[in-house]
Amino acid sequence: MNIVYFAWVRERIGLPQETVETDAATVQDLIAELCAREDRYAAAFADTSALRVALDQELSDFGASLAGVSEVAFFPPMTGG
Amino acid sequence: MTVRVQPDLFDAGAELGRFAQDRADVGAVVSFTGVVRDTRGDLQEMLIEHYPGMTESAIARITDEATRRWALADVLVIHRYGPLKPGEPIMMVATASAHRAAAFAAADFLMDYLKSRAPFWKKEITSDGASWVAAKEADEDALKRW
Repeated sequence: MNIVYFAWVRERIGLPQETVETDAATVQDLIAELCAREDRYAAAFADTSALRVALDQELSDFGASLAGVSEVAFFPPMTGG
Repeated sequence: MTVRVQPDLFDAGAELGRFAQDRADVGAVVSFTGVVRDTRGDLQEMLIEHYPGMTESAIARITDEATRRWALADVLVIHRYGPLKPGEPIMMVATASAHRAAAFAAADFLMDYLKSRAPFWKKEITSDGASWVAAKEADEDALKRW
């Protein structure tokens, strides 16, 4: 599964994207797996209310299933315009 | 309908001049241009990051929704990314319709959604360092109007 990070999430984790092998069923499970790996993930995901998630480039939520998903993106609330 | 996501500077006046110019059914054109603002007088650069692919599809979805809600003859959205200087245009929208009410409402709708639902993030580089621009609660609340 491809995971991409943007803005301060990318800076806190220290990379723009990575490929992970995971059996996580939901976004929340994936976050728990990442946080258990290293402190920088725990720091980036400390407050998920400050984060948004997109599954295959569509906005989603943290309880969503990862079945059939190939790309997960984590980022702060968007500031376009 | 035209959507452009680009790093390059654009000329909002020239874009507006070309927009919907040969449409005899258009009685109203509304446009908005967002400009890099130097709030405290120390902004060196605004850096805009985006999510290639999702940016284009999110904007297309927003413009499709606008054309479903209002009778629009044409829509233009240009949004830049990369390093921008104070005073430069960040983005513009233009809407064309038979009457002004639809053109104004659609432009307002497009701006509200582009602000909170198009995957762009702004970072301000000042003489004091760099900081990400935080989304405002008012921007999220603005979506409830529609």
